[in-house]
Amino acid sequence: MKVRDMTELAVRNLREAMLRNSLTTMGVAVGVASLVAMLSLGVGLQELASKRLSRSGLFDAVLVTTQGNFREFGRSRPRTAPSGDPRVLDDSARSDLAHLPGVTEVYPDVRFATEVRYQGTPYATMVAGVPASALASGAFDGMQGRFFSGADADEAILQIEFAREITPQTETLVGKELELRYAERQALPPEPADGGLGSPASTKTQKPGAASGRHAGSEPVAAAPGDDANGLGGGFSIVPRQKILRIVGVVDSEPAAGFGGIARGRVFIPLQVGEALRATQANDLRDALRGRSGKPSYLSLTVRVDGPSKVKGVEEAIKQMGFATFSLLDATKNIRLVFAVFDVLLGIFGSLALVVSSLGIINTLVMAILDRRREIGVLKALGAADGDIQKLFFVEAGAMGFLGGVLGVVFGWLIGRALTFALNVYLHKQELPGIEVSSVPWWLAGGAIAFAVVVSLIAGMYPASRAAKLNPVEALRYE
Amino acid sequence: MAAREEIAIQADQVSRHYTMGTTQVRAVDEVTLAAHAGEILAILGASGSGKSTLLNLMAGLDRPTSGAIVAQGKNLAGMSSRELARHRSSTVGMVFQSFQLLPRMTLEENVELPLRLAEVERGERNERVREALERVRLSARLTHRPPELSGGEQQRAALARALVNRPTILLADEPTGNLDSVTGEEIMNLLREINETLGMTIVIVTHERPMAERFAHRLAIMGDGKLLSDGRSQ
Repeated sequence: MKVRDMTELAVRNLREAMLRNSLTTMGVAVGVASLVAMLSLGVGLQELASKRLSRSGLFDAVLVTTQGNFREFGRSRPRTAPSGDPRVLDDSARSDLAHLPGVTEVYPDVRFATEVRYQGTPYATMVAGVPASALASGAFDGMQGRFFSGADADEAILQIEFAREITPQTETLVGKELELRYAERQALPPEPADGGLGSPASTKTQKPGAASGRHAGSEPVAAAPGDDANGLGGGFSIVPRQKILRIVGVVDSEPAAGFGGIARGRVFIPLQVGEALRATQANDLRDALRGRSGKPSYLSLTVRVDGPSKVKGVEEAIKQMGFATFSLLDATKNIRLVFAVFDVLLGIFGSLALVVSSLGIINTLVMAILDRRREIGVLKALGAADGDIQKLFFVEAGAMGFLGGVLGVVFGWLIGRALTFALNVYLHKQELPGIEVSSVPWWLAGGAIAFAVVVSLIAGMYPASRAAKLNPVEALRYE
Repeated sequence: MAAREEIAIQADQVSRHYTMGTTQVRAVDEVTLAAHAGEILAILGASGSGKSTLLNLMAGLDRPTSGAIVAQGKNLAGMSSRELARHRSSTVGMVFQSFQLLPRMTLEENVELPLRLAEVERGERNERVREALERVRLSARLTHRPPELSGGEQQRAALARALVNRPTILLADEPTGNLDSVTGEEIMNLLREINETLGMTIVIVTHERPMAERFAHRLAIMGDGKLLSDGRSQ
């Protein structure tokens, strides 16, 4: 019999026992819905975690430091480590890192504790430089106001807790001015070498706004490993400065970009602006002691890579350059493994309902053989081969599986939406941002329908075989 | 139509034995009987004489325990299940005592069923269904379902279904058994008309001897599974 005729007869048969077949199909639908709802939660949570993690900048970033800084991470020093002083992480190194293939951005950790004044009132706080790419992390989504208008804009974004210290009506801060006071580092000319450790760092103070000395590093400085081997750099002076910034936004969450990065910052400024301030940072004292204060170096640099898959290659290249690296590459693998196991477990629990519903299909089709015994006999008498009868029952089982699968995917999706809705209502009450916990991608919908059809066909095997083997003479005699 | 010497279907030393509990039942026991092309052969016998079993063997619905059933030069006993299905679909048409129409299908759909099974093109089906229903004078009842028809009409519809694939042999198992005498006679007249106009070989199993004598060219008589007379001596 041709497929079209077979399908027409199967659909007719299904329609004739409408109630029984509908209930069986609903059984399949419930099974598939349970499977889809379970897996959609797994997929949704995985997507949520992956999105958050990848947008956090933790998985496409490599933290670079001079060698020896990561001993506490339990990693052995790279074999390629050159002997003698480790290479300095300075502007030259930063430029080299930026030119590595796959690297999209290289930026330092600009973060310093200082004082800001709002309408004359001083507040001690932590200022952090934010790279433009941090906007994509989603941490600034839903903020009051807006992100920085440009990389060199004299603008600030306040973390909400700090903003609340200033005023409970945080929205009124947007558009107002904030005075940033900080200590600018200015290099002193190097003193003659005396065979000791180098000149002690000296300081001098100036009144805010009075400083106009030359900035160290205002001209490009090419520092190479061993550059300071026989000459020691000069000290540096600290010059009090102030800068007026316009508050453009207030952000709820604590934005992160890379490792440590801007986290724990309370006042955010564009990274370029932060770098230009040359505010005194923690590593300045170390540089002074090592005699490098004339050639500023970075405590660490964050290298952003074009996708997590390129992290390993870039990390290797950086190690070859003589720096120590740290990335969360291994952590991503573990996270994927955890989610894969989670999905399999959810899939197994979800499938149990489908297996139970397959018993319903077997029952329905076995009952159909009894009901349609005479009809099977007639079909055989009119020329149907055993295979035709078998295929007819298969098509009926497959049709119930397909319909149940489609309905199940819809039900499963609805369950996922309902869960997301209920969760978001709860989160909203807790004043937390909404999330998507369920996701039904096309592969899940298609896979669930295919799985339902396959399970139904397997369930239909026994009844179909029994129907095909029916003796036509006995079947025709059946009343 | 006068019978030709050519044999349409032949049972040769055919036996069909069943085991019921510990007893072996010889439903058909070494029967040799041939139906000639174009003849109406009636097989008579009391209930349990084995006549319906012999008809089922000729139809390829059952397989003989021993012996051969030869139709169109081929032995059904050696055929595969698929070949037997093709024999039932294209060589023979069957009519039953209880009509065996599918009650939820219309007459048109019932008659179309053998065409679906034989994979006849859709474009050709309508014409053949109408032609078959016209031959049994049921053209006006295309969309009716079997329960809406009288017994005679249902048997005529079953006859149309048996004819629609244009078989060479028509096998009728007690075709008048569920009908009153007037309607039964109508059906027998129709069978004779089909035999005469189409030259179709018809094998009728019946226990109504007077009717068989009036309409059949030859009578074969069975008793206890054995062929008592093949009609050649009459």
